[in-house]
Amino acid sequence: MTRWLALLLVAMLPLAACERESRRYRELPAASSRASSTRVSDLVPGQPASSDLVLSPYQENAYGIAEGKRLYSAFNCNGCHAMGGGGIGPALMDSKWIYGSTPDQIYSTISQGRPDGMPSFGPRVPSQQIWQLVAYVQSLSVQVPRDAESGRNDDMNARQPELRLDRLPPRNTGHR
Amino acid sequence: MTEGIADDPRLEPSALAREARELANTWSEPRGFVGWFSCVDHKTVGVRFIVTAFGFFILAGLLAAAMRLQLARPDNTLIGPDLYNQIFTMHGTTMMFLFAVPVVLGFGIYFVPLMIGSRAIAFPRLLAFAYWMFLFSGIFLYVMFFLNIGPDRGWFSYVPLAGPEYGIGKRADVWAQLVSFTETSGLAVSVCLIVTIFKLRAPGMSLNRIPLFVWAELVTAFMVACSMPSIMVASGTLILDRLVGTHFYNHAEGGDALLWQHLFWFFAHPEVYIIFLPAQGIVSMIIATFTGRPVFGYIALVLSLVATAFIGFGVWVHHMFTTGLPQFGTSFFTAASIMIVVPSGVQIFCWIATLWSGRVRFATPLLYALGFFVVFIMGGLTGVMLAAVPLDAQVHDTFFVVAHFHYVLIGGSLFPLLGGIHYWFPKMTGRMLSERMGKTAFWLLLIGFNATFFPQHILGLMGMPRRVYTYPVEMQWGALNLLSSAGALTMFVALSIYLANVAISLRRGAVAADNPWGASTLEWATSSPPPPYNFVPAPTVGGRDPLWETRADLPVVVGLAADTREVLVTRLMDAEPDHRKEFPEPTVWPFLTAVAVGGLYIGSIFTPWAVVWGAVPCTIALIGWAWPRKGNRPRSLERQIAHRHRTAAEHA
Amino acid sequence: MPAIIQSALHPAGPQAASISHLWWLMFWTCSVVYVVVIGALLVAIRRRRDEGGSTDERSLTRSVAAATGVTVVILFGLLFASVATGRAVASLGSAEGLVIDVTGNQWWWDVTYENPTPSLQVKTANELHIPVGRQVRIQLKSNDVIHSFWVPNLHGKMDLIPGRQTAIWLQADTPGVYRGQCAEYCGLQHANMALTVIAEASDDFERWLVAQRQPAPPPASPEQQRGLEVVERGPCAMCHTVVGTSAGGRTAPDLTHIATRSTIAAGTAPNTRGYLAGWITDPQHMKPGAKMPSTGLSADELQAVLAYLETLK
Repeated sequence: MTRWLALLLVAMLPLAACERESRRYRELPAASSRASSTRVSDLVPGQPASSDLVLSPYQENAYGIAEGKRLYSAFNCNGCHAMGGGGIGPALMDSKWIYGSTPDQIYSTISQGRPDGMPSFGPRVPSQQIWQLVAYVQSLSVQVPRDAESGRNDDMNARQPELRLDRLPPRNTGHR
Repeated sequence: MTEGIADDPRLEPSALAREARELANTWSEPRGFVGWFSCVDHKTVGVRFIVTAFGFFILAGLLAAAMRLQLARPDNTLIGPDLYNQIFTMHGTTMMFLFAVPVVLGFGIYFVPLMIGSRAIAFPRLLAFAYWMFLFSGIFLYVMFFLNIGPDRGWFSYVPLAGPEYGIGKRADVWAQLVSFTETSGLAVSVCLIVTIFKLRAPGMSLNRIPLFVWAELVTAFMVACSMPSIMVASGTLILDRLVGTHFYNHAEGGDALLWQHLFWFFAHPEVYIIFLPAQGIVSMIIATFTGRPVFGYIALVLSLVATAFIGFGVWVHHMFTTGLPQFGTSFFTAASIMIVVPSGVQIFCWIATLWSGRVRFATPLLYALGFFVVFIMGGLTGVMLAAVPLDAQVHDTFFVVAHFHYVLIGGSLFPLLGGIHYWFPKMTGRMLSERMGKTAFWLLLIGFNATFFPQHILGLMGMPRRVYTYPVEMQWGALNLLSSAGALTMFVALSIYLANVAISLRRGAVAADNPWGASTLEWATSSPPPPYNFVPAPTVGGRDPLWETRADLPVVVGLAADTREVLVTRLMDAEPDHRKEFPEPTVWPFLTAVAVGGLYIGSIFTPWAVVWGAVPCTIALIGWAWPRKGNRPRSLERQIAHRHRTAAEHA
Repeated sequence: MPAIIQSALHPAGPQAASISHLWWLMFWTCSVVYVVVIGALLVAIRRRRDEGGSTDERSLTRSVAAATGVTVVILFGLLFASVATGRAVASLGSAEGLVIDVTGNQWWWDVTYENPTPSLQVKTANELHIPVGRQVRIQLKSNDVIHSFWVPNLHGKMDLIPGRQTAIWLQADTPGVYRGQCAEYCGLQHANMALTVIAEASDDFERWLVAQRQPAPPPASPEQQRGLEVVERGPCAMCHTVVGTSAGGRTAPDLTHIATRSTIAAGTAPNTRGYLAGWITDPQHMKPGAKMPSTGLSADELQAVLAYLETLK
């Protein structure tokens, strides 16, 4: 009896690790239709709206985060944001989020661009790749599960690998 | 030593029967649920190793069947690239780490103490720990595979593909920790075997009287001890790179991707000899028995085993001939890889000489030994081809290499193993396997194997690389691939018949006598299956083939206590009796230690803190293991060996 | 597609020919050895012998020793042949001549024809042209994981190892199209990382080189113009380069002369309009896991891009 119970438990385990390890090459159909009406500010009149914690499509997916890391370097995000420490552009691995830290807000930041220098990548980058970049940006301040984070690069390392970074809860600060 | 006691009263049949009953009581394994986890008897653990290893063999075989189904046609869409990559990695990893090494060590665990006339194996609790580690490693790997975290970077897991940047997710970490598990298990078994063979031999069994299978296991155990640290370093540093951010394999920060290949192959080449040498030992035993004469060239065979082991540590770079290493350096490894053929050749010639001058009986075990010749020699010859750098540059990483190593591994190791199972099944279970089913399975396997792998030589030369999940129809590789897949199906049928033979004969096979084949070594001097205490009285030997040298006045050992687990420890060179040692009772601590260590290994996939916190249960388990037991009585060192007249009736 | 031979047994150059000779020498030697040893085995088991065994140990010892001696001699011979072939092959490379840089990526080949004058360098992907009868030095690097450059008709393989530079000399003695393939497991699409080596007469090669040095021609029709706009302003330019336009991405194959190549996606499919349309629309269908995303182009955007790409000769 205990043998069968153990087998059943083991058989149910596939549900657990599925998300981190799945490799989804094709675009998630739901993903491309999201991010239509994104708020840039959290301020609402009256009672604040209930925050529904929505995950980005690749937020728990190691493959998506790794692809985001590859695209971060391929599309030269390093040019302004360095390896997350910032330079011309703001740092991405700190807790300070100018335009909001929810996945939809990060998506629209990348897609629409932002004043003072953030280009609009929307027409240039397919939405699947923008979501992968979103997941990577989230991983820079460890908004993703620790075991889905990337390891170190196979080149000169300017900072700790992402999976050794500190988790920093986001603060929406605006341009301060 | 030879005090003339004509008829010692302890050797009367009734006294022996009483001693046997007492010994059976002392040495019996505990029953029940907890008892199952406390077992330390080498025969039970040996059977567990073998059965578990064959379970993994079946799983890996199913994975191979899946691969052959996918490759049977060009542009096939049965299995996609991600799953295929996991499947071939799992197939290789399972076969190399979870089948081939544990099964040859398992045979050693079962038969070495019997062949050397000992009641037990050295360090039985360490042995039990090794088994649980092996079992947990396999369960761990397959659970991970079903969770989609199965390793997918090849069984040799090259960096940077398996490194932190390109080895996405936890799959490569699962591989690295599987290696840690299995190497811990292997190292533990090697320690047990070496000490057993050196210190627990029957009096009179000097080093030049040890059966060849025992020599093979001894040399293998030394190879395990010397090679496995290399891969533990490799897998440890891989995990460090991935989990902590070290730079062992990061060229930009001072590391080197090629370092992995050196560390890995320094282990993995001796690994294939670890898999091969015990099988050579089995071939020696089978040929001796089924020709009715001692194997020709005992000294040459022993020296060949040792030479193969030594040279085997000096050939690893032949796996790296295409990495751009300097020509001068690679020439050394070409020379060594060609030189290692000589000891294997000597062994083959000695065996042929034995067959030439003996009286051959064509039972199934001998058929498998003959199959070994036909298959392994071809694999060895393609190995000589691969040792040549220019030729290797063409066929490396193609199906030619796949064909080569399957010829040497299946021919050199699996065929002798299957023959060994036929040979020793009566001893282990008390029943004979069916000769008819055995011969059918053999011929089907031989034909199926050659149909599967011979075409792959040609495919490699025709340009088909390995580890590809599909190939275009324009390359015209389809026909040979289809033939290869048909051969795989035949192998599947053959092995099914073989396993059915085992399953049926367990219940309905003919009951086996003590020595149904008329063999010469000590394991046949006891009942089938052996009692828990192996022998009563404990034997001595006067030559290499104890059961063929019917010296009626061969001394035996008396005076060992029957109410505690007492074993005679002898000296290294000439097996002079040295002292008596009390061996441990069954205990559950090895199992608990394996659980604790396993938890540490699995946890360290996810966080380095697992090493710190995981050390706590490990320490507790080890303390429990080592806690002194009550009831250790000092014994006076009294040695008595009695002469007795051995009659046919008393020949147990 | 032209007849493909990717076979080590059909050498088309001196290196591959040398190796092929070594192969046949070893093949026949090993075949004879195998037949002799198995023959001895069969004779051994079939022999009728009297009760006591008539063969004495001393003659057996002599036979085994003789066989071992013969083995050692044959092995020495093969060792010598192997080292001699290795040295012969290594001596074939010449100091000057054409140098081509091949960089391995997951899962395509980046090819650059070196030249001291930067404007004379040629960049292409997945396809090499070499002049017949001349040694060509291929310098190998990798951008990510270990790959292996292997064109069996011409030579053995050489690995591309990140952090190191390796090199291989090739020469084709007969004009033709030779297929090669990556031969070191490099991830999801290792199976679909092929390359083509086209050996042609010196003049044809020079002509090809000159044509490759030209930038992309300006679009002729409105549809091609539209296609260029989509390429420059859409996702293509983020990764691909078309010299002469503002598309300057460097993480994907150079498309400046895509229309002259015979295959797309590193040998996965022929370079025809239909396959190209399928590739651009849904690369994951042809090559699941490839780094090229679905571009999300509309139907007429796709037609325009195809029309433009066809002009990139």
